[in-house]
Amino acid sequence: MSLARRIIPCLDTDGERVVKGVNFVNLRDAGDPAALAARYNVEGADELVVLDIAASRDHRPTFLETIRRVAAELAIPLTAGGGVATVDEGRAILRAGADKLTVNTAAIRNPTLLTQLAAEFGSQAVVLAIDAKRVNDRWEAFVRGGSVATGVDAVAWAHQGVECGAGEILITSMDKDGTRSGFDCALTAAMSRAVSVPVIASGGADTPDTFLEVFGEGCADAALAASIFHDSIQGLGALKRYLSERGVSVRRTG
Amino acid sequence: MNIVLIEYGAGNLPSVERALARLGIDTRRASTPGALHGCDALILPGVGHFGALMRSLGERSLVKPVQEAVTRGTPLLGICLGLQAMFATSDEAPGDAGLALFPQKVSALPPSDRLPHMGWNQLRRTRPSKLLEGVPADAYFYFAHSYAALDAGEAGVAYCDHAAPFVAILEKGNVFATQFHPEKSGPVGARVLSNFLRQAGGKG
Repeated sequence: MSLARRIIPCLDTDGERVVKGVNFVNLRDAGDPAALAARYNVEGADELVVLDIAASRDHRPTFLETIRRVAAELAIPLTAGGGVATVDEGRAILRAGADKLTVNTAAIRNPTLLTQLAAEFGSQAVVLAIDAKRVNDRWEAFVRGGSVATGVDAVAWAHQGVECGAGEILITSMDKDGTRSGFDCALTAAMSRAVSVPVIASGGADTPDTFLEVFGEGCADAALAASIFHDSIQGLGALKRYLSERGVSVRRTG
Repeated sequence: MNIVLIEYGAGNLPSVERALARLGIDTRRASTPGALHGCDALILPGVGHFGALMRSLGERSLVKPVQEAVTRGTPLLGICLGLQAMFATSDEAPGDAGLALFPQKVSALPPSDRLPHMGWNQLRRTRPSKLLEGVPADAYFYFAHSYAALDAGEAGVAYCDHAAPFVAILEKGNVFATQFHPEKSGPVGARVLSNFLRQAGGKG
């Protein structure tokens, strides 16, 4: 008996529709978030993440409606985020039906936001998302969808973020994101060593062995992926069967 | 059936409503003492901070009415922080009294494992459980918490192990509670909720 490693499909949205990740050459519509959510809920996803990658204030009501539509389909936990900069914006996302919210750019500029969110909603509802890229001998945190360098050491930032109140780390490797060449296990393991909270690995998911690696060598508590699930390249049931047969504790749903 | 969700600002109340709606059960929200009357069962959802929950119940004058409903025999289900609120005190808010349906206390889980305890875990059954009727022994349930009751005497019917062994399900007479979130635990969570509704006299 032990805590299962989680498999988490991620819906990157423009607020309303699921879109393919930014590193893909042909950006295209990848479907209706609520329809995908319903499918993953049945197929055995352990949790769902919905992000507003546009994160424009004008579109916020649309994204909140998307969260409501997605939450209505789920009997599993839902995490949502994108551009959250205040406690009120966080509350709106949780009220719309999310169990947890992610914060990224605003937290790195103002780490006390994490403390305020944790005081208001509890650490278990606050996920610190970090986009990191290898720069020389360390990983640097980037913000605004990975477009702006901060000069901040990503691992040190994760540690500080947890001290401030984050209850979980979602670490995305920008080097691996969209490449389908495997997760960045060194980055994920470094995060896992630096913090006492669960770590979700993101970026580079491909075949089942890449998940086996990130749960082993990468010490990840959860692994997140988007296109391999949306495009049915990898089925959730088959992935969990593969992991279970190799001794990884996963939740099987039949 | 007249199922009342105690409304005091808990974030997971809409999720519990949706999970019960999927079972074909209409619920009603109650945030005043009078609104608790005449119901077949009460549900106390909960996410967040023990002290904030108890102060919220206090501000709405709901502490005594909930205790009295339990004494009258109304079935009560506490979920997550709703389980913790049933104890006398919690390490999370040493100055705030709980509902004290159980004399023990809620403790911080020790930092010997990753916290919060976040994700899907299995249960260790120690006594026959009404909530777990028909639920496979190896089923996983969704947890998200850093505090837990380590002991509940004979009321503890199932335990979970993470950082320390802690109470995952409480059952004593008409009082039921889960440290996990049945409303977020897929089909097995739905089964736990329908098992509770059966205690309320419905078809479940």
